[in-house]
Amino acid sequence: MHELGIVFYIIRDVKKAAQENGVEHVNTVVMNIGEVSTVVPEYLTDCWRWAADKEDVLRGCELRCNILPAVTVCNACGKEYPTVEYGRTCPHCGSEDTVLLRGNEVEIKEIEV
Amino acid sequence: MDDVKIIEIKKSIFEDNDKDADALRGELKRKGVYLLNLMSSPGSGKTTTLIQTINRIKDKIRVAVMEADIDSDVDAVKIKEATGIPSIQLHTGGMCHLDAEMTRQGLDNVDLADVDLVILENVGNLVCPAEFDTGSCRNAMILSVPEGHDKPLKYPLMFSICDVVVINKMDVLPYFDFDLEKCKEYIHMRNPKAQVISICAKTGEGVDAFANWLLNEVNNWKN
Repeated sequence: MHELGIVFYIIRDVKKAAQENGVEHVNTVVMNIGEVSTVVPEYLTDCWRWAADKEDVLRGCELRCNILPAVTVCNACGKEYPTVEYGRTCPHCGSEDTVLLRGNEVEIKEIEV
Repeated sequence: MDDVKIIEIKKSIFEDNDKDADALRGELKRKGVYLLNLMSSPGSGKTTTLIQTINRIKDKIRVAVMEADIDSDVDAVKIKEATGIPSIQLHTGGMCHLDAEMTRQGLDNVDLADVDLVILENVGNLVCPAEFDTGSCRNAMILSVPEGHDKPLKYPLMFSICDVVVINKMDVLPYFDFDLEKCKEYIHMRNPKAQVISICAKTGEGVDAFANWLLNEVNNWKN
C-alpha cells in the first residue's frame, strides 16, 4: 500500500547518484528487497513504471528486485531459522524471544547506466 | 551499443530519512520543544482523544497540533474550535505517511519559541507511518476496542516502536469480543516496555493518565 511513496524515495536517491556520477540515463535499477520488508515487488514495479517515466533520466528504466530471504535468531537457544516459515516462535525450542537478523531490507543495490 | 556500466549504491531507502529525523530531534532538544508522533487506524478517535487531552494540559504547557491527512482540513478546524490552540493542517500529497522532511516543513509553520509540545497527528494507517521516523521524541498510538485485540499481532512493527499504547472506546467493551488482558499480553510480546493506558475519549474516562504521562515527558525533555 505504500509502494508509491517508496518509489519516490528510490527516484530521489537514483537521480542523486546519477548526477554525482555524471550519468545522463539510467537503464536499470536493482533493488534488494527483504522477504519481510512489507514491500510487494509487483506493486513496486507497477508504481515505478508510472513514476519513473515522468523523469527524463529514468524514462524506460527497468526496476529489478532481488528478494532476500528473512532469517531470525533465537535468543534462548541461539539457533537461526527461516522467518517466513516459522514467524516469531523458534521452531527449535519454542521460545518467543527471537530477533529478526535480516529480511527487512529495502535498499538500492546498484544502477546500470 | 554503448557499454553498460554498473554503479554500486548499496543504500537503504530509509537512510536519508533516519539522518533527517535524528537531526530534527537534536534541534528540538536544543529548542526545548517536545514532539509527539501520534498514530492509529482511521476512526480510532485520535482527534477526540487529542481534544480531551489538550483541554487538560493547555493551562500548564503551551501546545500546538499538526494534523496530517491526505486531504481536507476537518481535523485541524475541529481541534482549533474545541481547544483554542494553534492547529495546522498538513497534506501529504497522496502519501500514506509523514517522513522527517515533511514534519520539518510542517514545523516551519509553528512558532517554536512559543510552544513546549507539538503533537503530530499522523495519517490514519498502522503500516507505513511505523516505518518512517518523523523526528519525534516519542511515538504513541491509539487502538480502539472495535478494531479487536489481535491488532498487535497483525501490525507488529507499529506496536514495537510505540512507547505508549492508548486503548480507546472502553465504553463499548461490553458489545465487542475485545479481550483487554489478551491485548496487553500481545502488545508486551511485541514491546515489553510499552505503557498501556485505557481510556474513553468520549466521556474523558482515563484521559488524565495519558495527559499526566505527556506532561511528565515534556518536563523531562526540557530538563
